[in-house]
Amino acid sequence: MPLMTEPTTDARVDPAPSPVPAPAPRTHAVGPVPGARAIEVARRSDEPVQDAGVGVEIEHLDAYYGNRRVLRDITLTVHPNSVTAIIGPSGCGKSTLIRCLNRMHEVTPGARVAGEVRLDGDDIYAPGVDPVVVRQRIGMVFQRPNPFPTMSIYDNVVAGLKLAGIRDRSLLDEVAERSLRRAALWDEVRDKLSAPGGALSGGQQQRLCIARAIAVEPEVVLMDEPASALDPMSTLKIEELIAALRASYTIVIVTHNMQQAARVSDRTAFLTVGDDRSGFLVEEGPTAQIFTNPRRQLTEDYISGRFG
Amino acid sequence: MTAQVGAVRAELGRHRPRFGEPAFRGLVVLASLTVLAIIAGLVVVIATTSMAGIAHNGIGFLWGTTWDPVHSVFGALPFIYGTLLTSITALILSMLIGVGVALFLVELAPSWLAGPLGFMIEMLAAIPSVVYGLWGIFVLAPWLRDYVEVPLHDTLGWLPFFSGYPIGIGNLAAVVVLTIMVLPTVAAVSRDVVSAVPGSQREAALALGATRWETIRMGVLPYARSGILGAGILGLARGVGETMAVTMVIGNSPTISLSFLAQGYTMASVIANEFTEATTNLYRSSLIEIGLLLLVVTLVINAAARLLVWRVAYTASSRSLAA
Repeated sequence: MPLMTEPTTDARVDPAPSPVPAPAPRTHAVGPVPGARAIEVARRSDEPVQDAGVGVEIEHLDAYYGNRRVLRDITLTVHPNSVTAIIGPSGCGKSTLIRCLNRMHEVTPGARVAGEVRLDGDDIYAPGVDPVVVRQRIGMVFQRPNPFPTMSIYDNVVAGLKLAGIRDRSLLDEVAERSLRRAALWDEVRDKLSAPGGALSGGQQQRLCIARAIAVEPEVVLMDEPASALDPMSTLKIEELIAALRASYTIVIVTHNMQQAARVSDRTAFLTVGDDRSGFLVEEGPTAQIFTNPRRQLTEDYISGRFG
Repeated sequence: MTAQVGAVRAELGRHRPRFGEPAFRGLVVLASLTVLAIIAGLVVVIATTSMAGIAHNGIGFLWGTTWDPVHSVFGALPFIYGTLLTSITALILSMLIGVGVALFLVELAPSWLAGPLGFMIEMLAAIPSVVYGLWGIFVLAPWLRDYVEVPLHDTLGWLPFFSGYPIGIGNLAAVVVLTIMVLPTVAAVSRDVVSAVPGSQREAALALGATRWETIRMGVLPYARSGILGAGILGLARGVGETMAVTMVIGNSPTISLSFLAQGYTMASVIANEFTEATTNLYRSSLIEIGLLLLVVTLVINAAARLLVWRVAYTASSRSLAA
């Protein structure tokens, strides 16, 4: 719980002190609590929630595909309401790492994890924890936009809410509009909410996926190279969006693109591949420090383009 | 180095095939034309030989209910009805089972089970039709009579669907045999369609907090919908044309009854049963007219299936372009 109150030190966070009162404490609990799938969407305003993200502590995490270890002993703290970028050469396990944070890694047959990942203090790998509940609290945006192509834009956005059993039409309407606005897509789709999600352009589809992920108001949003399949203009929009979302969510973004990491993140973690072909964490720190004054030679070499 | 580059360039100009190209083209064009010629010839022969029947029976052939070759009264409705009743009912049943099997094989079954099970389902299609018919007569029909039809008749006999006499042979036996015969088509095609759904769709649903069933409902089925429909239509085409096994168990009585316990007749069965007795030109021509009708029905169904499969492929490619 101490992470909940730790103030973010980055100067780029919205400087205006928010007049919005702190949100009511959430009642989420990790674990098979009866009724835990119901998501609270109590607020009815367009104001983003401040400081609603929570921290994630990764401790001694190993990840395997079958017998092959792809991540070795990762210990990393993700600070609440910050953007943490994960960078590193191809094959270092960046994507695997964030897929371990919402228990998507284990969906692959033969994949497993050892170690702890604590979301707001609770180990998401503890026995009895329902991965479905974990994934509701930790949203994810993938490398390739993956809207449900036959579903309407509107239904795409509220898909997570409908899964949680929310049927109140006025609430769904409101969440759909708010999420699309926050994903900077509302003005482009407001007149065609019933058009299929597959009919949008690639960049719009990715923003639709972001709207879908934030509609359920997760505490953490994971982004796996969210702009790597997009053109520069769409990439710019996604990056602006990440900056705006930081106020309300904890964001972890995997990126190939070091300039992107430098532009959007508060903190950066650098992973690389060891001689045993498994990825490990070289160092983590404030983005400015990692890019200007890294502590480790490996980081320096990667940042300056000597390998990777 | 430059000398070698020049040498290769000189060789490249020399060894172009001169003869293979036109020969290959000729062969494949010939092969394609053969198929066209066979289809055209078939249609022409069936159309011309059924002319006498068409002229005599008129359009009333389609809804005439009397089939009396002795008095030269030919009405095809009992056969059309029997064909559609048995194949559509069988299709519905095999869709329910087949889509379930496909989802189990792709989404749930561990790989050591999915492989052998999938293979066994495909084996169902390899069993000769007449073997299904024998099994239908000697095993299925008595069993259906004792354990299904009698109880149905006793409890629900007041419904038109279960009236009549439970003798085993009849529409129900034909439906069950057809269901088993159509199942491999529906299951195998549905399995391919479901496994073609991109993993990103499943991940999209899972990442929103969907359970396994919700993932299938939200990420898999909508994407596979038209392909599964195509699988059903391919199955229907197979059911409509199936002859031997149905002829052996349906009872071969040209009556129109709502009851699954009653005996019926199909278009394919009447042709198989009566072509040896068709001594007059008109009788034979009327049988061939039924064949023409069957051909038209099958062609329409196949065309519809093509259209659906094409639509799936088209939307899939436009999606990948957009992404």
